[in-house]
Amino acid sequence: MPCLQRAITRVLIHGVLMAGAAFMLLPFVWMLATSIKPPEEVFSATLRLLPTRFFGAENYSFALTQAPLLRFAINGVIVCLGILVVQLLVAIPCAYALAKLRFPGRNLLFVLVLLALAIPVQVPALPLYIALAEMELLNTYLSLMLPFLFSAFAVFLLRQFFKSYPDDIIQAARLDGMGEMEIVWRIVAPSAWPAIAAFSVFSVVAHWNDLYWPLIVITDGGMATPPLGMMLFADAETGSNYGALMAAATMLTAPLVVIFLFARRWFIAGVTMTGVK
Amino acid sequence: MSAFRLRQARIERWTGLGFVTPAMLLFMLTSLIPLAVLLGLSFTNYELGAVDTKSVGTANFAKAVADPVFRRSLGNTLLYVAIVLPGAVGLALLIAILVHGRRRSRGFYEVIYFLPVTSTLIAMATVWQFLLHPRLGPVNAFLRLLGFDEVAFLSEPHLALPTLAVVGIWQLLGFNMVLFLAGLSAISKDLYEAAEVDGCVSGLDRFLTITWPLLMPTTMFVMVTTSITAFKIFDTVAVMTRGGPMGSSEVLLYNVYLEGFQYFHMGYAAALTVIFLVFILMFSAIQSFVLERRTHY
Repeated sequence: MPCLQRAITRVLIHGVLMAGAAFMLLPFVWMLATSIKPPEEVFSATLRLLPTRFFGAENYSFALTQAPLLRFAINGVIVCLGILVVQLLVAIPCAYALAKLRFPGRNLLFVLVLLALAIPVQVPALPLYIALAEMELLNTYLSLMLPFLFSAFAVFLLRQFFKSYPDDIIQAARLDGMGEMEIVWRIVAPSAWPAIAAFSVFSVVAHWNDLYWPLIVITDGGMATPPLGMMLFADAETGSNYGALMAAATMLTAPLVVIFLFARRWFIAGVTMTGVK
Repeated sequence: MSAFRLRQARIERWTGLGFVTPAMLLFMLTSLIPLAVLLGLSFTNYELGAVDTKSVGTANFAKAVADPVFRRSLGNTLLYVAIVLPGAVGLALLIAILVHGRRRSRGFYEVIYFLPVTSTLIAMATVWQFLLHPRLGPVNAFLRLLGFDEVAFLSEPHLALPTLAVVGIWQLLGFNMVLFLAGLSAISKDLYEAAEVDGCVSGLDRFLTITWPLLMPTTMFVMVTTSITAFKIFDTVAVMTRGGPMGSSEVLLYNVYLEGFQYFHMGYAAALTVIFLVFILMFSAIQSFVLERRTHY
């Protein structure tokens, strides 16, 4: 009976997918549930998901008053936006030049971009730290942004997009008397907005979540980005208040997750584009 | 016309150079010069704030080779990659194939499996630490319910690294799944129909004759990026184990971080970073080789 067989297959497929989904969701569900539990229910360590006594208000307000969570989030927004704006301002003209203009050294520069793609931030971290320490620039927004201002990935990705832009239109714009600057910002860049949007999502997610570099340059808790703030808060609260700890985790994870739920397409596109590399 | 061409060539030359200058200055400032300084530092005994720094030749590298902490951290990092790689690639492939066939529920599963990629890993590592807590965590509560003994996942030396690897797989699965889904969408439906005519009826037959070979370039790409990401493990170690218990979860980047930014042994940390970079470049070389082959596919 092929019909029965197909039904069984479907049940099996959904069974596997749901089991996997449960594993993926477990931390999120338990985080949310624990964030509204009173301490005695956390410490009784039963498998009950929902609390018998709602303690959410206390946990969330404790987390908010004990740690400057809002400050961490604002720092995260400033750093991510600062990085993104400079990355785009610098990468778009560079990508356009590499894709459409003939000038000496173009191929060498492209090879450098390919090399830069392979170098993770942990490599220049040590010399950059020494330089920032010498200039007394540690614990500043500039120090948080510095290593990421040039994005080889942005240049590479946008170059691919600009290459396929029709030369005729650029030539026509030139004959109309448009300067190269105008051509980049008013004609070519807007045409690549899906790539720019996907890259932006990619960049913001990466730098909102980065721990390694903030951990190195930030010692002043008030300058911490969300992951570093979370780490400082967890260190200060270890073992004592899991409800508040989970409340803090929820609040620091929520912004990106909410944006993801609304802009799923761009997140997926951003990941898929890494495969273009 | 030729006057126009000449003028155009001149404009292109100068605007071209002008347009790449900011990018190249930033690249030199944030990557190339630091890279040169790093190489230089790796041959010195420089420590932050030290007055007398001298060249020590290759002593830092010799020290690394003999250093039990470094050897253990390199071994642990490679072991971590060896666990995460098959897990995060194999499971992502399985999930992607199952999700690809769904019509109505595809978006639902996509969201769930992708959720860990977007969430802040540090926050979620704290949550995992709590989930795995021997007394308070639900995982052990469940084990007790089934009649098993408690398992101290993060304080048992032989369990700490595999546990971190499970969290690593949890985090990477959705990312890889999306890459596989993109690869699967690129395979033409006609091929499956043709195969069915040719007698490939069962799902496994179709997978082995069409999906697997055509998906090979994607699989190779996912394997290399997963290896690089796994090789860079730092966050979960910093939050969940700090290299412990008894050094069983010491990994390369955590070692670099401690030597460079906690003990301020800059020269030695620079040498370790150079070794780290050599591994990353090796992975990247494999990657460009793979991509080269993919374009000819």
